[in-house]
Amino acid sequence: MSTHAEIETTRRHPLLAFLARWLLTTNHKEIGTLYLWLSFTLFFIAGALAMLIRLELFQPGIQFTEPNFYNQLVTLHGLVMVFGAVMPAFVGLANWMIPLMIGAPDMALPRLNNFSFWILPFAFALLLSSPFIEGGAPNFGWTFYAPLSTTYGPPSTDFFIFGVHLMGISSVLGSINIIVTVFNLRAPGMTLMKMPLFVWTWLITAFLLIMVMPVLAGLVTMMLTDRHFGTSFFSASGGGDPVLFQHIFWFFGHPEVYIMILPSFGIASEIIPTFARKKLFGYHSMVYATASIAFLSFIVWGHHMFTTGMPLFGELFFMYATMLIAVPTGVKVFNWVATMWRGSITLETPMLFAVGFVVLFSIGGFSGLMLALVPADFQYHDTFFVVAHFHYVLYPGAIFGTMAAVYYWLPKWTGHMYDERLGKLHFWSALIAVNLTFFPMHFSGLAGMPRRIVDYSLQFADFNMVSSIGAGMLGLTQVLFLYIVIKTIRGGEKASDQVWEGAEGLEWTVPSPAPLHTFETPPLFQQRDQADNEGGVPI
Amino acid sequence: MTAISSYLSAGLKNAGVFSALWLCAHSAFALEWDMREGVTDMSQRIQTLHQLSLGICIVLSIIVFGTIFYTLFAHHRSRRSKAADFHENTLVELIWTVIPILILVGMAIPATSTLIDIEDNSDADLTVLITASQWKWHYHYVEADFGFYSNLSTPQAQIDNLEPKDENYLLEVDKPLVLPTHKKVRFLTTSKDVIHSWWVPDFAVKQDAIPGYINEAWTRVGQSGVYRGQCTELCGKGHAFMPVVVEVKPEAEFDSWIEQQRLAIALASETAVADRNKTWSMAELLPRGEEVFLEHCATCHQPGGLGQAGRYPALAGSPITTGAIEKHIDRVMNGKADTEMQAWAPQLSDLDLAAVMTYERNAWGNNTADLIQPLTVYLTR
Repeated sequence: MSTHAEIETTRRHPLLAFLARWLLTTNHKEIGTLYLWLSFTLFFIAGALAMLIRLELFQPGIQFTEPNFYNQLVTLHGLVMVFGAVMPAFVGLANWMIPLMIGAPDMALPRLNNFSFWILPFAFALLLSSPFIEGGAPNFGWTFYAPLSTTYGPPSTDFFIFGVHLMGISSVLGSINIIVTVFNLRAPGMTLMKMPLFVWTWLITAFLLIMVMPVLAGLVTMMLTDRHFGTSFFSASGGGDPVLFQHIFWFFGHPEVYIMILPSFGIASEIIPTFARKKLFGYHSMVYATASIAFLSFIVWGHHMFTTGMPLFGELFFMYATMLIAVPTGVKVFNWVATMWRGSITLETPMLFAVGFVVLFSIGGFSGLMLALVPADFQYHDTFFVVAHFHYVLYPGAIFGTMAAVYYWLPKWTGHMYDERLGKLHFWSALIAVNLTFFPMHFSGLAGMPRRIVDYSLQFADFNMVSSIGAGMLGLTQVLFLYIVIKTIRGGEKASDQVWEGAEGLEWTVPSPAPLHTFETPPLFQQRDQADNEGGVPI
Repeated sequence: MTAISSYLSAGLKNAGVFSALWLCAHSAFALEWDMREGVTDMSQRIQTLHQLSLGICIVLSIIVFGTIFYTLFAHHRSRRSKAADFHENTLVELIWTVIPILILVGMAIPATSTLIDIEDNSDADLTVLITASQWKWHYHYVEADFGFYSNLSTPQAQIDNLEPKDENYLLEVDKPLVLPTHKKVRFLTTSKDVIHSWWVPDFAVKQDAIPGYINEAWTRVGQSGVYRGQCTELCGKGHAFMPVVVEVKPEAEFDSWIEQQRLAIALASETAVADRNKTWSMAELLPRGEEVFLEHCATCHQPGGLGQAGRYPALAGSPITTGAIEKHIDRVMNGKADTEMQAWAPQLSDLDLAAVMTYERNAWGNNTADLIQPLTVYLTR
């Protein structure tokens, strides 16, 4: 909006116009697009790191890395995927879709929105420059446990610390914006309990972010002062406590894993009703289940720390609290199944990814339940079983969720239908590759392979080779995804405004592609049954 | 690019070795894919608990995924042109909230009772203090009051794919921990530098070794044998290379092993006395020093003494190795606080320390011609 003037003055210089448009934009759709492309780029960078990891682990013996470089790969892969690929993808979807779904003209704080995006390229420039510094990139894993990351950390640890600070600022500002938008800019008639579930799950996610990102910021600041200003928060020799580090980290880290899955829950809750042509089953219990999961996420952090010498009472508390998460998660899965039940189902690509998400995420949920049992966790902890577990909740969870969302809303964004045949090929090849990559990790973990090792003994060789082959396939399938997205942007069958026959919601009432400015006058929101009864315009 | 091409060429060169190895690996190991039962009461109870929870998860998966696949098929638009119109049912929602809670209680009961027994560290017959450091374990028998370091014994050439890998590749050490059968052994774990974790899957004992903490765990092994595990907490570049090997012997054999160890320690101290009373020549010290350097120092400082920029200082031309001898001795014996440079005085003999420092002062162009005698080292202790 405010950029119109700048665009006018720079019209004669295309490059300046381009820069001004994207640097100064305050439009939620453009900022959403920026977030999504940043996430896509970082997804490929972090994915390339994963390819190197799997190449190294293809066979026993050290192949082409050296152990310290391998640890850097593992660390950057985790950090960039979590903070660079998954989180910005969800923020991008929120930017694009929340105003469209609640009938708002834009985000409530457009300039703040611009700022929270443009912090991120600087944050990742800091983090991704670290491999080129003397001493190499951070090499202590994405969990950066002290004292490996403090007294023993390489010089680039400080780049990592400031990178995390910037990401935290970006996330907190972005979350404030989402909360303010949802609370203030809903269309008349859209009460909280009539909001689409994607908006609900993002609202709850935003609260989680506001609560835990400052904890992370505090943690890295304590690291910084330990490293440079003589404090000893985490150094035992100075009276500090390395286990305190883990308590603080996981107090952030456990809600963080829900931050990376709740928006996917919302996406599945949008897509499944559309393609089952049936209303979401148990809307209210879906909202309550999401809120319960968010609450429980704050009281289960200790389950990452069962082997640190936690007292029996602590172990029992965290075990029971963790097991309890299975209840609301189960409710969500059952509700999705009941939504499909006796519907009139078609399996377009978004639906395939959504169903794939429900099934494979459940596998990760089941292994999470197994991990909650403290005695068994003594055997599973820090093995590849854990790696299998969290990749099942993150890849088919967070990433399949995002892909489902992209296929679902891409026609609305671009005005073109994607190539359904290629979309299906993408889904089926990704499905096979994901399982080929991550399922054998359960077995290598149970057989005793610790995580984060550069080289392994011979009995783990078969499973690792299968995982590596799967990972190569998985990498290729995402190149196909990139091709499909670019092809759709550049052309394709014209999408209707409704796009999907069974879709409900305000986003489908605007033209495809969605014009830069929508809902400049707020629409009257009425659900279909309500509209039928009251003779209004169904939306 | 260069890394990948060298990987490929190394791969081609070693293709023969690998394929031979591959057959070896297949015949030597039945494919392990489930949690092992182990050799202690606890490991077996944990395995049963694992089977129970896995079983429950498999049954639930079959029900839930079966329903999903059924509905995708049976309620496809090609079979049902019009969707049903229900979207809530309090009773059904109540049922699928309560049933999972009951299942969870059923899992929590055996888990709790097993956990309470695991955390009972009382009445141990024997205590071993396990001290971790980068990247080795130190075992101290508290009652018998002696201890030793346990280092990876797999040759570097096997890791670098220059030699075929043997059966216990990366799971073998120079000196294993030795324990008696049928005794309750208490482990105390701690660390000198970063966090490590001591794990033997067959005992179901995994306990973090944390600087400033002493953690407890215990085991009682029923059958003699050799049991292997690894460090499970990322602890730096040597994380993959600090295995745990435990040799469990019948009690009588264990007692005589303890006696032998005591004798060996006494003998070693006699040798040490002899060593330090002798005046050593450069020709005697240099080869020994090179051996010690390659075994203990080259991981970080590199075989050529050039270190790694920004992480591990070069020893070639360094002010420590070419400057005052006292400073060199101090650094090697006492280490440098808060870095990976550890104190070597407790780990190496006077002779080895003297030899390695003499080597460092005369290798890679450090032509100081200094000769450090074991006696000097002994007097510095």
